[in-house]
Formats: sequence, structure tokens, C-alpha cells
Amino acid sequence: MDVLKEVGNIGAGHAATALSTLLDKPIDMLVPKVRMLPFEEICESVGGAETVVLAIFLRVDGDAPGNMFFILDLDAAKNMLRELIGLHIEDQEEYSELELSALNEIGNILAGSYLSSLADFTNLNMQPTVPALAIDMAGAILSYGLLQFGQMGDQALLIDTKFMEGENEVQGHFFLIPDPESFGKIFSALGVESP
Amino acid sequence: MTLDNLVKVGMADLNVAHQTGVLKTTGLGSCVGVTLYDSRVKVAGMAHVMLPSSEIAREGSLNLAKYADTAIPELISRMEKLGATVNRLEAKLAGGAQMFAFAGNNDTMRIGPRNVESCKEMLNKYKIPIRAEDTGANYGRTIEFHSETGILVIRSVQLGVKEI
Repeated sequence: MDVLKEVGNIGAGHAATALSTLLDKPIDMLVPKVRMLPFEEICESVGGAETVVLAIFLRVDGDAPGNMFFILDLDAAKNMLRELIGLHIEDQEEYSELELSALNEIGNILAGSYLSSLADFTNLNMQPTVPALAIDMAGAILSYGLLQFGQMGDQALLIDTKFMEGENEVQGHFFLIPDPESFGKIFSALGVESP
Repeated sequence: MTLDNLVKVGMADLNVAHQTGVLKTTGLGSCVGVTLYDSRVKVAGMAHVMLPSSEIAREGSLNLAKYADTAIPELISRMEKLGATVNRLEAKLAGGAQMFAFAGNNDTMRIGPRNVESCKEMLNKYKIPIRAEDTGANYGRTIEFHSETGILVIRSVQLGVKEI
């Protein structure tokens, strides 16, 4: 688990830097949590299965496939847009096409920098697919990332990084859920025995 | 509704209620909420099905509630213990969405529709009629099934509340 935590740290560090550059302000990250978690608890970490969140989802293809989510609460998403494109954004529930496309691009950049640092570190080929965005209940969104694990049991490995701006404000979560088959590959790429 | 008659059904879980009980499962995406009801004895059951078939299962001890082909028989047997009879059962389905719309070569992309198909096949095997369904599309659903009335309440972020 320490190895996976380190892997998560490296990826998240690069993603935080990319996000800082994008927003032109310091973004901190909380050291990733790497844990096997029951499905229900994975949803709890973003406020429960019914909480409405904005999620950018990418499938990771290549040597160590998995699922990636960048999850923002709706206020954080609006804030990010305000700062990023400097548009006047109405405090409304609706998102314009421009806003959604900007958020998609943020997800893309973050996932890209996360994955390329992981790929460099492990020497594994990891490619993100085109991102897809959804605004919906966390349970409905995240369960999609747990399907591969569903065949194995009721727990999944989650690498969770929280991004913060300023003191406490949590801007978003970055989840990496490697497919069950991928651990072995990640471990052996790092020259460690699988637990 | 008081809290003591609310029965929570988690992901890949199933449960039964009777008389005034209310079964609830939250955040169905590509998963399917299958509900069965025997109106004579007011026995209700709900399963939160995650995957279409247990043939692909690689888990040590099989979670029957997770797969369409094992959840429905298990749900029926749990309901029979409360006095329900299989030939009086009626079904309602919700969920089976395709949450992310993009072209993928991965079979996982179509899991929602496959879950729905598989649930229907199982129901058909037991000759249980499907009274109503709200499946497909691309949004999440939270459902509540009332054993007093057999009404299934469906809530979604985009479309609000509806009853089937």
C-alpha cells in the first residue's frame, strides 16, 4: 500500500502543479489516501450516494487499465470557471456549453499530467481516453467505476487526493480506481512483490 | 414516513419489507433497482443489481444480490418467507442508465442496458409480469418502494420526482 501511496503522490503532485498553473494560484493537495474500501464508503467520501456532484470520467487504457474521476462539488466547479475563464457566471444551476467544455478540459489536463507522471515512474504505458462529464448523484457516477471490482468482491482500491485552495476549502477529489488486474502490473513495474 | 419503517438497500444488496415498510436505494446509475410486490399480503422486495450475470463472478463467496441471475431468485425466496407467492408477484424496474456517453470499445460501456435485459430475462423465467419501468437514459436515480401501496417513487437530478 505504501508503494501505491507513493505512486498516487507523484501523480497527484503533478496534477496539483498543473492545476496551479491553470488557475494561476497556489493549489495544495492532501496526501492521497490509498485504501481498499467497501463500495458504500467510496460514495461517502464525496458526501454520500445522493450528493449531486460534477464528475469528469476517463478510462485509462494501456498496460495498467483503470478508471479515473475528477470530482467537484457544484460550487467549486463554478468557482473554478470564474477564475479560469474570467467569465461572469450567474449563480444558476445550469451550465453553458462553454463552461462544460472548459471543465472537461480541466479534467483532461489534470488526468493527463497525473497519468504521464505515473507512466514515467512505472514505465508502464497508460493512456487516458477522451473525458466524459456528468452532473449527477455521486452513487450513480462512481458505481460505474466500480464495475470491474464488482466481479471480485464488494471492495475497491481507491487512490483519493483532495485538492485545496487556501486554508480548508476542498476544491475537488481526484480518484484513481485501478482495475483489479492492474495492481500486479504496477507492483512488478516498481520491482515490489504484490501484497 | 418514520425512520423505523425505512429499509435501506445498499449497492449490490437486497431486502424485503412488509405492510408499511419503505425500501430505498440511492444513486442507481448503470445498476438496476428491481422491485417485486405481492399486493395481497403487502410484501415488497427490492434488489440493487450491479452486474448482469454471475457467470463472470470471480469473487470468493458470491454476493447473490449483485447479479441479476442470482438476485431475483434470492429476492423471491426472501419474500416467500414473509408470505408472498411467486405467481402473484409483479415487478417494476428502474435504473440501467448509461452514465457517460462516449464511444468506447469496452463492453462496460453498455452495462446499464445489459443489466436491464438480464433482469427481464430472469423475471420472464418466473413468469413475473413487469408492471412499469423507468430505465435507460443517462441519469442517476434514487428509488423508494412503498409496500403499503406498491408505488415506486423515482427521483432524479434532472427530472425531479415521479411515481410508477
